[in-house]
Amino acid sequence: MHMADALLSPAVGTTMWAATGGLIAYSAKKVRQELDERKIPLMGVLGAFIFASQMINFSIPATGSSGHLGGGMILAILLGPYAGFLVMASVLIVQALFFADGGLLALGCNIFNLAFFPCFVAYPLIYRKIVGNKPSQGKILAGSLIAAIIGLQLGAFGVVLETVFSGISELPFGAFVLLMQPIHLAIGIVEGLVTAAVVTFVWKARPEILEAAGRSLPIGEVEIKKVLLGLAAAALIAGAALSWFASSNPDGLEWAMFKTSGKEELQTDESLHASLAVIQEKTSFLPDYGFKKAKPVTEAKHADEETAPWPAVDPGTSVSGLIGGGLTLLMAALTGLGLKRRQGTA
Amino acid sequence: MPNFFMNNTGRDVFDIGYMDTLASGDSFLHRLDPRAKLITTLVFIATVASFNKYALSAMTPFFFYPVALISFGGLPYRYFLKKVLAVSPFAVLVGIFNPLIDTAIMIRIGPIGISGGWVSFASILLRFILTVSAALVLISLTGFNATCAGLMKFGIPRPLVNQLLFFYRYIFVLVDEAERMARASSLRAIRAKIIGLRTFIPLIGSLLLRTLDRAERIYSAMRCRGFDGHIRIIRSMKAGYGEIVFTGGWIALFVLFRFSNFPLSLGTLITGYFK
Repeated sequence: MHMADALLSPAVGTTMWAATGGLIAYSAKKVRQELDERKIPLMGVLGAFIFASQMINFSIPATGSSGHLGGGMILAILLGPYAGFLVMASVLIVQALFFADGGLLALGCNIFNLAFFPCFVAYPLIYRKIVGNKPSQGKILAGSLIAAIIGLQLGAFGVVLETVFSGISELPFGAFVLLMQPIHLAIGIVEGLVTAAVVTFVWKARPEILEAAGRSLPIGEVEIKKVLLGLAAAALIAGAALSWFASSNPDGLEWAMFKTSGKEELQTDESLHASLAVIQEKTSFLPDYGFKKAKPVTEAKHADEETAPWPAVDPGTSVSGLIGGGLTLLMAALTGLGLKRRQGTA
Repeated sequence: MPNFFMNNTGRDVFDIGYMDTLASGDSFLHRLDPRAKLITTLVFIATVASFNKYALSAMTPFFFYPVALISFGGLPYRYFLKKVLAVSPFAVLVGIFNPLIDTAIMIRIGPIGISGGWVSFASILLRFILTVSAALVLISLTGFNATCAGLMKFGIPRPLVNQLLFFYRYIFVLVDEAERMARASSLRAIRAKIIGLRTFIPLIGSLLLRTLDRAERIYSAMRCRGFDGHIRIIRSMKAGYGEIVFTGGWIALFVLFRFSNFPLSLGTLITGYFK
């Protein structure tokens, strides 16, 4: 459930980058304050462990399908929220860079969905509350299961919100939620059971590891509140800073607003808008698009008379666009081939 | 020897090594400061993402960027083509709903009408190819360690950079170890195509225990060598004319491509000629 660049608008992508950046800075500060240098190699190797364990698929009983470990919960349990978050972030960064899982613009979203929710919500508010300082097999099972389910449900919901606010996909909110949440309920149950089993395995073999992890991390309510407050502030600032950008570009947020409120823009400063309208005309090859249903083909001419918003079907323009686009692609490919040949002979 | 218990991620790991080999090449692009390539890539991706959802032809000039970098960097085209085509189906899965939902006809070519949904779906695929190839090219021209050093210069917190470097160094070790365990397990269960949970849990659990022990050994080894909690990276970075020209030039081109639609003008010219 990696969020992908292709479905993301810059406004949403940058907002999530800002939120994730804040979380990384905060976690890094916390890890530094803990001053546990033993943790430096431990974090690195555990990241590699999660990565390696994701290579092995296991069969999911009674379904005929297979899955692999997500890992956010195990990291939080073994390392605590801050170090766990950094490790999960590093795994996602490597996946984005080498396997293009998601992509760079979506990296903020992916770290938020797959690392923030398990490490900063599910672990401290659910797992720690259930398991406490004296783990037992039953507590570990209940804690891991519920925490993994909640973490994945929140993550899946994050994907839905980010996609809908970006407005690149046509999937309506309701249908997308109905698609994502049940699938991730199933994934969450499996993830929870596997997490519980692995943690229990470690706890039985080496109980001191889990106890140390629990002891070194006194996680009070205050810190989580701080994190959430900081996040809300970061999101607000980023949202405000980006809102002008969003409205100068008729995609993403504006489109989502149009869909949900029926108005293309919320009330904004008139003069700012007038000047931005000029930019808007320049920036959009296909200017404003609140019209899809409006213009059947026969009315194309009529539409031309009234400032013809795209995609009032103007066959001339669209065919020109396709031909021009195709030629450009061909030129790019030929350039590449030409350069390659030249380098081959050189 | 085939190892049936490994999934695609397992095979993908070989790509990491391969891409780092590519990054050890020597070209003008390889030698550029990693920061210049990082900034250019991020601007490229943000610009591509900023197109509205029906943009198609206007996006095509952006193909010149990955093509130019692959060519001048001496990277293998076929490899990137394969990687981009093989990667993450999520965008395609979500995008495929567009043609079902948005059925208003948008483009007409003679008697054939193409709906807005197909246009926006094609636009998603185009975005996908562009953003994915840009990220892959970045890492193949720069290498992971240099990229991390660049990140640190940009003010990414030390603990995360340390983590990335450490993690990267040990991926190969642990992947080897996991692969050996999975192979051993698959050889003992000839007919099984996949590991059952009953085997998977102790397998992963022991891998985890071994990992924790390994961390302890690494820490002791580091202490013996005088580790004091700080990891020092020697890498001199300089931003000269080359970097400024590279970054500035590409960003100027991106802005130009973004604000004027050359393919449309070109197409209009050609269709006008035939009228």
